[in-house]
Amino acid sequence: MPLLTIRNLTVTFDTASGPFKAVDSFDLNVDKGEILGIVGESGSGKSVAMLALMGLLPPTATVTADELAFEDHDLRTMSGRERRRLIGAEMSMIFQEPMSSLNPCFTVGFQIKETLRIHLGLDRKARQKRAIELLESVGLPEPERRLSAFPHQLSGGMSQRVMIAMATACHPKLLIADEPTTALDVTIQAQILDLLVDLQRDRGMAMVLITHDMGVVAETAHRVVVQYAGQQVERQPVETLFDEPHHPYTAALLSAIPERATGDRLPTIPGVVPGQGDRPDGCLFNPRCSRADDRCRTIEPPHQSDALGQALCHYPLNTEEAA
Amino acid sequence: MSAIVSAEGVSQVYEVKRGLFAKAAGLKAVKEASFTVEEGETLAIVGESGCGKSTLARILTMIEEPTEGHLTIDGIDISAGRSSDVKRLRSTVQIVFQNPYGALNPRQKVGAIIEEPLKINSKLSRAERREKAKDMLAQVGLRPEHYDRYPHMFSGGQRQRIAIARALILDPKILVLDEPVSALDVSIQASVLNLLADLQDRLKLTYIFISHDLSVVKHVADRVLVMYLGRPVEIAPKAALYSEPKHPYTKALLSATPATNPDDRGERIRLTGELPSPFDPPPGCSFNPRCPHANERCRTERPVLTEHGPTRVACFAVDEGRI
Ligand SMILES: Nc1ncnc2c1ncn2[C@@H]1O[C@H](COP(=O)(O)OP(=O)(O)OP(=O)(O)O)[C@@H](O)[C@H]1O
Ligand SMILES: Nc1ncnc2c1ncn2[C@@H]1O[C@H](COP(=O)(O)OP(=O)(O)OP(=O)(O)O)[C@@H](O)[C@H]1O
Ligand code: SF4
Ligand code: SF4
Ligand SMILES: [Mg+2]
Ligand SMILES: [Mg+2]
Repeated sequence: MPLLTIRNLTVTFDTASGPFKAVDSFDLNVDKGEILGIVGESGSGKSVAMLALMGLLPPTATVTADELAFEDHDLRTMSGRERRRLIGAEMSMIFQEPMSSLNPCFTVGFQIKETLRIHLGLDRKARQKRAIELLESVGLPEPERRLSAFPHQLSGGMSQRVMIAMATACHPKLLIADEPTTALDVTIQAQILDLLVDLQRDRGMAMVLITHDMGVVAETAHRVVVQYAGQQVERQPVETLFDEPHHPYTAALLSAIPERATGDRLPTIPGVVPGQGDRPDGCLFNPRCSRADDRCRTIEPPHQSDALGQALCHYPLNTEEAA
Repeated sequence: MSAIVSAEGVSQVYEVKRGLFAKAAGLKAVKEASFTVEEGETLAIVGESGCGKSTLARILTMIEEPTEGHLTIDGIDISAGRSSDVKRLRSTVQIVFQNPYGALNPRQKVGAIIEEPLKINSKLSRAERREKAKDMLAQVGLRPEHYDRYPHMFSGGQRQRIAIARALILDPKILVLDEPVSALDVSIQASVLNLLADLQDRLKLTYIFISHDLSVVKHVADRVLVMYLGRPVEIAPKAALYSEPKHPYTKALLSATPATNPDDRGERIRLTGELPSPFDPPPGCSFNPRCPHANERCRTERPVLTEHGPTRVACFAVDEGRI
């Protein structure tokens, strides 16, 4: 049984200009102990899908799903109270914007210790000790002194490490890491990724890793899901994704990596992700796809087989390699 | 080419309270930084999280005044300059902040955010401002209908583009970019980097580009300044830095950069040792506790930037020809 199952998740926001579908028929399975990378265009709904799972979206959001299950808990029917107990202890999240997810009015120490008090019921002394250990484990210098710091007194990378310390405080079974190392220098990034991979290996913690850094994906993830305009367009083991992408969007994304590019301008994908008023018929990627034809413009593509990365495309790439 | 920015011995000390009754301690976030930025070039600043990059960015954009040293921008010494000159400089130098969410007022619509600098610094009519803002939205790859939305309705990457649009609206000469693309997916990263390159060609802009992503820096920079614990430790033309890194920290950074090739997993060199505390940095070379080449001299004396070919580097091992 997978640890997490999401089937046909849709999130719609009420906006001034009408309903806006930020996540469209999103599917995800996470197995126990695996590291699943999610990559995709900004605005493709990665963060919103994860916030929906955590029950952290504002009231303007309507969430529907055919299945939303963590182990044998059905998250859709759970009471708010049960869900809050699960979240933070069994399943926790590192947010994309550490600055805005730490409360500016309280010290770092207070915020970590609150988490420890609520979920683990530790006493005062144990909380202090554990809080220092946690900050040490994420490589924050002078943890004891940092406990009395307010979030604005920390650099971007330090607040991100504080977030990681808080999210792993209760040894969750599933950690959702939304851009966990974006603000960090590579030597610290390497240290944090090692820390997360150790947690994953030693405690069998599963991790969903959302990142734009293809290098981080290549080095850390086991499987990769590619998202476009709220849909999953491809899923592959990391070993084959980089050499044999099957969806044209994946291929375009890979060729835009500066490391792989030659010349002083990088290859880009023309156009933008479809907005609310201009979702095209057929394949959502067709206005930007160099291979698009009439079929792509009229008929929604099917998911291809597992061997073809379940590519959501009429004309998947690299079919010989997969055969 | 001539220097458009020149910094001499610039330092920034923050008084940080360490508890209710403890005496405040001085935290030197930037120490005796001396460097120049040539007109029209891109100087990249890289370094550890917390090493003072954003602090330096705030000094260069005159948001904060340095506690020591001299800063000359576009021919004006900002500590000695007349206030009218300094005021003019404020539109000459613009910044894109590291944390786009914190930098955008959540109660203002995107249009108003982008137009705000025009309101204060130009005599354009309301309609002209609106047109210019919409034009700028298109330039950074956003859609006209985004003009009337609030920042919270945007993804992390989209917000970064709003911040770039706002920084560009006054046609500045110098743009300080604090991690401008680290929140963006690679295809938008590519289009933003191309956009920045186009603008630089067209408007002869000077960029100070802060980033932790060395593959991005390799693509954009003319020269690179590597910082460690508040001090520049290596300044070099790009080609020299990547082909012949001199400082041991620079070498560690380059080898820790994850490659987008899953087969290369786990080949990076890890730094060991504690991150030093900025409250009391180690005596001698700040890097000595983590440096594989440290000796007695490194633990007592502090190396200064010395010329070695096209590179300036602060390391005894390089001076002595040990590495
Ligand atoms: N509260 C909200 N109200 C309306 N729209 C929203 C809201 N929050 C997010 N959105 C929209 O939902 C879409 C998906 O956003 P999301 O933050 O999930 O993207 P993302 O894939 O995480 O992007 P990034 O990689 O840039 O972080 C975006 O178009 C965004 O503008
Ligand atoms: N307002 C402040 N008060 C006290 N200390 C501060 C303040 N701002 C920054 N600092 C400290 O100064 C040091 C440098 O911070 P800065 O934000 O410049 O680092 P950075 O290099 O930009 O790091 P990152 O890559 O994580 O963004 C850090 O130790 C930070 O805690
Ligand atoms: S279905 Fe057609 S338009 Fe869509 S990605 Fe495949 S080839 Fe391109
Ligand atoms: S001066 Fe010494 S400790 Fe510092 S970087 Fe050079 S060898 Fe290492
Ligand atoms: Mg996101
Ligand atoms: Mg910073």
